[in-house]
Amino acid sequence: MLEVRDLGMRFGGLQAVDGVSLDVNEGEIVSIIGPNGAGKTTVFNCISGFYTPTGGSVKFKGDFVHTFPDYRISRLGMVRTFQHVRLFSRMTAIENLLVAQHRHANTNLFAGLFATPSYRRKEQLALDRASYWLKKVDLLNHANREAGTLSYGQQRRLEIARCMVTEPSILMLDEPAAGLNPRETRDLDELITAIKHSYNVSVLLIEHDIGLVMGISDRIYVVNQGRPLASGSPEEIRQNPAVIKAYLGEG
Amino acid sequence: MKTNNIAFAFFCALVTAIMAFPLLGLKMVSEGTGMIIQGATASTWIYIASACMMVFLVQLFKTSLNSGVEQFKVQLSRLPTPSLPADQHVRLEKWALILIIGLALAWPFMTSRSSIDLATLVLIYVMLGLGLNIVVGLAGLLDLGYVAFYAVGAYSYALLNNYYGLSFWICLPIAGLLAATFGFLLGFPVLRLRGDYLAIVTLGFGEIIRIFLNNLTTLTGGPNGIPGIPKPTLPMIQTDPEFALISLDFSRSSREEGVVPFHTFFGLDYNPETKVVFLYLLALAMCLAIIFVIRRLIRMPVGRAWEALREDEIACRSLGLNRTAIKLSAFTLGASFAGFAGCFFAARQSFISPESFTFIESAIILAIVVLGGMGSQLGVILAAIVMIVLPELAREFQEYRMLMFGLLIVLIMIWRPQGLLPMQRPHLAIKEAEHA
Repeated sequence: MLEVRDLGMRFGGLQAVDGVSLDVNEGEIVSIIGPNGAGKTTVFNCISGFYTPTGGSVKFKGDFVHTFPDYRISRLGMVRTFQHVRLFSRMTAIENLLVAQHRHANTNLFAGLFATPSYRRKEQLALDRASYWLKKVDLLNHANREAGTLSYGQQRRLEIARCMVTEPSILMLDEPAAGLNPRETRDLDELITAIKHSYNVSVLLIEHDIGLVMGISDRIYVVNQGRPLASGSPEEIRQNPAVIKAYLGEG
Repeated sequence: MKTNNIAFAFFCALVTAIMAFPLLGLKMVSEGTGMIIQGATASTWIYIASACMMVFLVQLFKTSLNSGVEQFKVQLSRLPTPSLPADQHVRLEKWALILIIGLALAWPFMTSRSSIDLATLVLIYVMLGLGLNIVVGLAGLLDLGYVAFYAVGAYSYALLNNYYGLSFWICLPIAGLLAATFGFLLGFPVLRLRGDYLAIVTLGFGEIIRIFLNNLTTLTGGPNGIPGIPKPTLPMIQTDPEFALISLDFSRSSREEGVVPFHTFFGLDYNPETKVVFLYLLALAMCLAIIFVIRRLIRMPVGRAWEALREDEIACRSLGLNRTAIKLSAFTLGASFAGFAGCFFAARQSFISPESFTFIESAIILAIVVLGGMGSQLGVILAAIVMIVLPELAREFQEYRMLMFGLLIVLIMIWRPQGLLPMQRPHLAIKEAEHA
């Protein structure tokens, strides 16, 4: 579904990403790992359209999307979270989820002003979908609280829920377990697995928590200093000498 | 620590003295063809000395003063925000709104002509404040040139009436549309800008419009302005000889065809005050319409998108929101409300000139929005009343107006940075859904 070929990103004199290729098939959980500063997030930004890559191509559902503006890519069904939580912090949890459904909403000004039946139906639908996902991530009791006042773990979950209400076909998570305690990480593990199985959504994951990555990934790509280092199943990666060297340093 | 304080306080006092000495202590007096420098009078020296003393004392006791302010702040924050359950708050706001509307309707029949006039002015600023609230309060785009759209609205009525004789009611939507068009046009180049840069560009735009109007003498009369703009009329259906749509105006006698004086139509005695009351009620009706529209907008997808854009632009993009469209819609809609207000302003004043659309107007409107609480409608109404009525009440202190203005804003920013009545989040009732 997602095919990235020979992706390159250059910032001035710095080649941040060089020749990264990866595939994500339907209903797959794929992880990208690598040491800090390896260019994982840059790869994410290139795929999701925040950067226009300086080389290579990104093909999503048959379209070459690497020249599309970011909002068009996400409308095609590719949504992402961020390394640092980016919620609309002064809006309530449920409003966060309603905003995310903007493209499904009836944005006709007059329909809204006069509250036509079709407008009301769509708003109710959006509200239902939002409360469904709030319940899924166990935040229904906090629906009308401002997102900024939620705890860190709750904010993380809300961000994932906000992606899911857009009904994506691929969900990109940038270090979703960062800052979570072991219990919350376990919940996250279950949530991601549920997303894959119940909603048939592919997941592309950047994560440092190796336990989480090894447990849920179907395939893993390793990048180091912007270059692809290895790829394969969790078992293959675990035993790859190049990966071990990159992580532990050269002796 | 203590000696340090004294040294610093002394230093501050010294700086004050150095600043004050040449500015106040020396005077240039012309003598014959030349100028000589003269020392100031004894009383000026006393003023300077006491100013230095005051700076010294304030700096010396700064910490205890600050803690006093802190204490006061804590107490203040405990005091005025009763934490009601959210649905109760909504009900409270509803009742407050109904009460305000009732009071506003009764106002012209209880007070004098001058206070009705003042109230009409307040209503104009409420309209402007509500419009700017969309751009600044909701969408978070700092617009310092909002008065430009006000000017566009006013001049579109004045010019269309002057050259084509169009009436107020035809010009009102045109003024709104034209202002919206200008908002749209301004929106394009500033799409990529945020914060300070946006503020500078919009500030420039406001000045461009004013200077343009000032210099386009052949069309707009330049600084002489446009006089003789007719007051709005009241459309009415006539039934007597035959069915017809006629306009009622509020002059003693009418020479125009199809226009009948209000008092003759209703068989009343001529009362010059009717005109003032009518203008007030018209402004009130426009205000209520705008309040209704904006209340809806806030709860609509586009309103939520504005707020989301204010909160986090990057997250918006990642969720498929087209920020170009959202920013443009905020600019366009915000500008159109200023256009309506401008059209009404021109009709009320009967005379407009570029003088009425200076930067200070933008500043006042912005102050209303910030003072009231970004995004809050009741806040804007309250702040408009405060900002327009206070200077009228304090007419004797005319020279200190700007000083008080600044002081008020500083105090509000210290004690209630979220504004007088901060915006309340709408509470959404949730019923549990089974399926997504």
